[in-house]
Amino acid sequence: MNDVAIIGVGLHPFGRFDKTAMEMGAEAINLALDDAGVQWKDMQFAVGGSFEVSNPDAITRLVGLTGIEFTNVQNACATSAAAIKGTADAIASGQYDIGIAVGMDKHPRGAFGGEPDKLGLPRWYGESGLFLTTKFFGMKAHKYIHDHGISPRTLARVAAKNFRNGERNPLAFRRKPISEDEILESPMLNKPLTQYMFCAPDEGAGAVIMCRGDMAARFTSNPIWLKASEIRTRSYGAYEVHATCAPIMDGVSPTVHASKAAFEKAGISPADVGVIQLQDTDAGAEIIHMAEAGFCADGDQEKLLADGATEIDGSMPVNTDGGLIANGEPIGASGMRQVHEIVRQLRGQGGDRQIPGKPTAGFAQVYGAPGTAAATVLTT
Amino acid sequence: MQKALAPEISTWPDDGFQLRGSRCRACGETQFPVQTLCPHCSGREMEDVLLPRQGTIVAWTTQEFIPSFPYIGTESPKDFAPFAVALVQLGDVVRVEGRLTETAFDKIDFGDEVELTMVPFATDDEGNDIVTYAFAAI
Repeated sequence: MNDVAIIGVGLHPFGRFDKTAMEMGAEAINLALDDAGVQWKDMQFAVGGSFEVSNPDAITRLVGLTGIEFTNVQNACATSAAAIKGTADAIASGQYDIGIAVGMDKHPRGAFGGEPDKLGLPRWYGESGLFLTTKFFGMKAHKYIHDHGISPRTLARVAAKNFRNGERNPLAFRRKPISEDEILESPMLNKPLTQYMFCAPDEGAGAVIMCRGDMAARFTSNPIWLKASEIRTRSYGAYEVHATCAPIMDGVSPTVHASKAAFEKAGISPADVGVIQLQDTDAGAEIIHMAEAGFCADGDQEKLLADGATEIDGSMPVNTDGGLIANGEPIGASGMRQVHEIVRQLRGQGGDRQIPGKPTAGFAQVYGAPGTAAATVLTT
Repeated sequence: MQKALAPEISTWPDDGFQLRGSRCRACGETQFPVQTLCPHCSGREMEDVLLPRQGTIVAWTTQEFIPSFPYIGTESPKDFAPFAVALVQLGDVVRVEGRLTETAFDKIDFGDEVELTMVPFATDDEGNDIVTYAFAAI
């Protein structure tokens, strides 16, 4: 197996724009090409991810009809992770030497809706008002804070931190700090989660260029190594997004399995990680994913957040670019944003939000319907 | 007149109506609603079962904005009345997601005992009330 090096990253800003998802994707591709110092014609293959765009490979009409293999992927909130893993696996296996993963999306405003049968659910589940991702996250967060002694104030601390980090990120959607009190007092959407504790669907694109490890020095003096990228789905016992029922036994989320597998494959532990990107669909999700990914024990978050441990200058910085809460979630691009931020931090290019002491390892996690998680480990 | 949203998932309007589920003949795990294969052991033989009417609240939240498509509730965003949703453990059989009838949210707590009922939440073109299953405090 070849080592896999990330040699270029590009990110179109997240937010609302007067252009198509594909146009944003093309801009992200060109930013990544420039970052790596390569041309589109150097790309031997591509993997493209999107939720709203049915055929991401049509982007070749914009960036170059070079005839390469281009695979489209859609894996809900793990769409970007699937594109990155597909690209990395093809290089690791020796099939290709250099390739690009791209993700793009442009969602309508408001919470995600849609046809329940696309997720294997009966129509009445949607017609009766149960088919909502926010409701699941409210339910999971409510149970978690009840079981582990987490206060609503801690949820507000998560959101306030991510808005503050977003203020320092020129590519973020939300760049205005919001106080903890304002977050707690914003309209309750799904108890205990208020409006400002949730991310919003929006628009954006990202791209990541990877090559065989032994070629990396041709392109860059500071490659970032993609050590592991693991994707897992539900195992019996866990209560996941969109479920008419759940078993009596208490299982664990796919994030637990994906994270454990990724750390084992990478040969490092959570304690080695200096920059953490977690799926903060809502403030509760960030808290829960801290424990599920192995960064703390259940319930420790109350003190960790109060002590500022997850701030940019804390002992375990989480979502230094503002996460989903400040960036929104263009599904197909969200994981690209996570990897982009980690690469920037590991290279020491974090600008106003650079983590002091320049971390040497990063971790990215995504989670979404109907219970799919991905974990990625990167090192210098 | 009242009509069930999904008549096939319960024995409503029978007295003491119950939700219909499927139990795996191989491993004994139960699912709701009825399904033909077992997600626990991949068994292919499922038998129909009626689920216990009573249970306890394992997890719950509130739905405080009007759900988007394909929700068929007849409220408008302005007159939408928030409702609570829970994961209810029915006996020692299975946990089921459903609405709670209690709208005073400060009266709801983890571990509360609840019982199956039906609630109207929509009307059809002929003016019939559409009802869906829900759980009410015992």
